[in-house]
Amino acid sequence: MSDAWNLFLLAAFVDNMPLTLFLGLCTFLALSRRTESAIGLGVAMTFVLGVSVPLNHLIYQAVLAPGAWAWAGRPELDLSYLALIAFIGVIAAIVQLLEMVLDRYFPRIHAAFGVFLPLLTVQCVILGGSLFMVERSYNFAQSAVFGFGSGVGFFVAVVMLSAIRVRLAYADLPAGLRGLGIAFVLTGLMSLGFASFTQMAAAQ
Amino acid sequence: MVARAPYWKTLTEPLIRQNPVTLQILGLCSALAVTTTLATALTMSVSLTIVVTLSCGIISLIRRHIPDTIRMIVQIVIIAAMVIVIDQFLQAYFAEISRALSVYVWLITTNCVVMARTETYASHNPPLPSMVDGFGYGLGYSLILMILGGLRELFGKGELFGAQVLPLADQGGWFTPLSLMLLAPSGFFLLGGMVWAIRSIRPEQAEAPEHTPPARMEPA
Repeated sequence: MSDAWNLFLLAAFVDNMPLTLFLGLCTFLALSRRTESAIGLGVAMTFVLGVSVPLNHLIYQAVLAPGAWAWAGRPELDLSYLALIAFIGVIAAIVQLLEMVLDRYFPRIHAAFGVFLPLLTVQCVILGGSLFMVERSYNFAQSAVFGFGSGVGFFVAVVMLSAIRVRLAYADLPAGLRGLGIAFVLTGLMSLGFASFTQMAAAQ
Repeated sequence: MVARAPYWKTLTEPLIRQNPVTLQILGLCSALAVTTTLATALTMSVSLTIVVTLSCGIISLIRRHIPDTIRMIVQIVIIAAMVIVIDQFLQAYFAEISRALSVYVWLITTNCVVMARTETYASHNPPLPSMVDGFGYGLGYSLILMILGGLRELFGKGELFGAQVLPLADQGGWFTPLSLMLLAPSGFFLLGGMVWAIRSIRPEQAEAPEHTPPARMEPA
């Protein structure tokens, strides 16, 4: 129990995807102009990460990992270099499936997610989550917790940034710094804040 | 000369004027993550430039045969195949750098620069201009990466390409390394500063204010 909780905290705060690992910054910056779109993005991201990382774990262990074909008499077969294409396919399929299910049964939620769902296919966070799962060799339960935790971390970060950016209306910025420039500086300051979680983790 | 002019323009346009990182917010993930040293930044730049040039060429060759409905999947699979080739090559010949880059080489697949170029340019244009366009965007991306990597390595460690440039204070020199430069936040600050600098030189890139404050209530 406490191990899973620790892993959740690690994924959500210490290894925060956008702020510490620099993953998913493109959508992170592009969709944090308004709080509503940031919340939609965060929820969709949490869901897709929570599903795709454990599913990719199953596929990796069953088909791609070195020695996975031992039962068929081919223990020397190592297909792990195909992981990239397999993961991308799984993520694209999940996103497509999710979109169809939501559209059919929950049209209101589908309308709220809007354009974010198809975007998630090319999200570095989601692919990155699966790749980290392989690199750190998590088991099935750990990968589920890791995926969900990363999604929550992204949600927290993107909603916080959007809340700050709305308040920029009251700031008199130099013309060159408006928009992207100040967004980088804000993200840097938030990243500095999240760096303290790393210190706390190191102190334990 | 007349025929060469548009190619030259396609090649140089993305360097500053249409730079993928500072103007279009594309491909940021790797731009910040791998730039703690010049060597990793250079490896990443070369890999990305090769991937984007080749995938633009291939996708442009088969652009008339890709059904419109599944073109994203086809493009992603082609890009992923290129990335796997690059990754295997790096693992074979540059094992150390490959380990330092960790998953970020694989993440070239979802790098928006590649996807944006194949989607918007290569799928409507013949192979040669597409490859020139891809190469130009690769160079524009590399330019930002090299500047960031150089600044961070120089001020963070006093080194360039691993060779000591500024004499360190604890070895009798005068330079105290700024270890903040090697951490995540400085990447954001430096890139923000670069965006500011470029937009001050070229004011046409500046954005309009995003939000306007609500109208002030007039005192009754």
